[in-house]
Amino acid sequence: MAKIIVVTSGKGGVGKTTSSAAIGTGIALKGHKTVIIDFDVGLRNLDLIMGCERRVVYDFVNVINKEATLSQTLIKDKRTKGLFILPASQTRDKDALTIEGVQEVLEELSKEFDYIICDSPAGIEKGAQMALYFADAAIVVTNPEVSSVRDSDRILGILQSKSKRAEEGKEPIEEHLLLTRYHPERVALGEMLSVSDVEDILAIPLLGVIPESEAVLKASNQGTPVILETESEAGLAYTDAVDRLMGEEKPLRFLEVQKKGFIKRLLGG
Amino acid sequence: MGIFDYFKSKAEPSSASVAKDRLQIIVAHERTKRQQPDYLPQMQQEIIDVIRKYVQIGSEDVQIQLDNTDECSVLELNVTLPDQ
Repeated sequence: MAKIIVVTSGKGGVGKTTSSAAIGTGIALKGHKTVIIDFDVGLRNLDLIMGCERRVVYDFVNVINKEATLSQTLIKDKRTKGLFILPASQTRDKDALTIEGVQEVLEELSKEFDYIICDSPAGIEKGAQMALYFADAAIVVTNPEVSSVRDSDRILGILQSKSKRAEEGKEPIEEHLLLTRYHPERVALGEMLSVSDVEDILAIPLLGVIPESEAVLKASNQGTPVILETESEAGLAYTDAVDRLMGEEKPLRFLEVQKKGFIKRLLGG
Repeated sequence: MGIFDYFKSKAEPSSASVAKDRLQIIVAHERTKRQQPDYLPQMQQEIIDVIRKYVQIGSEDVQIQLDNTDECSVLELNVTLPDQ
């Protein structure tokens, strides 16, 4: 049986797809057979972030409608062994996904894979609910910013009431907070919510903190999951987050303000 | 913090702490709303309809709140009647 992990946030643009790509790759690097599913039907983007956009032939909706088989549709990642991508449809809308259809695909994938990562679309409506419905664990991607934190709390409410586990009264979905686009400098100046501020408000266990990093845009420009940029802070922070997801103890890093020169400090630059 | 910042007023709270305070209030409010039973809005509407048979009131004049403490739940109903 595969473990199903949804990467969700409510708010758009906080880094769900970046995080799905990075975490999926990180899990596969640990030797677990992993598939990342793009649930954002109509606005496919995972393929671009993973750098496989030109290899998409069939998509998730084709599989649900039995127009293609899973093995025809799954794209094997060229960099990471044991990693596959199931792209979203670009021409259909979110109504093309049905609970029964999604369940059937997940059950088939479950036979073959150890981990299924569901990259949720933004919002709290059908597409997002479909992505989280069958989840065993959720990674709630949050920016240290008011609207993102509020939306994360709303999505936590949906995880706790509208998921399969909630409806069937089973053990609740494991919740993990992933704080992204974090600026230690701005936190030190009192301009940005700190890790502990967000933890206080959302009250779920912290999986990791990804610092704002130029490497993220650079990696997406090139279609490489940022976790493979092992020189970058963001890449290393994702590696730590994956280690914690697998149950390892890892101290948080990159939360300290980098020391500036005397002149720069004097001028407040 | 540069030397110029030392001349600024120190009394103002940081924008991050304002953000935290605002979030704590709104998130707590939205959580209590979420935990309300599904029938509450409909019940509120029916109560309004019954009162309206006798007194003219608007839907904003009735406030219903359900508070859950450890031991018991209290349904608070607050009706503002118009001036005679």
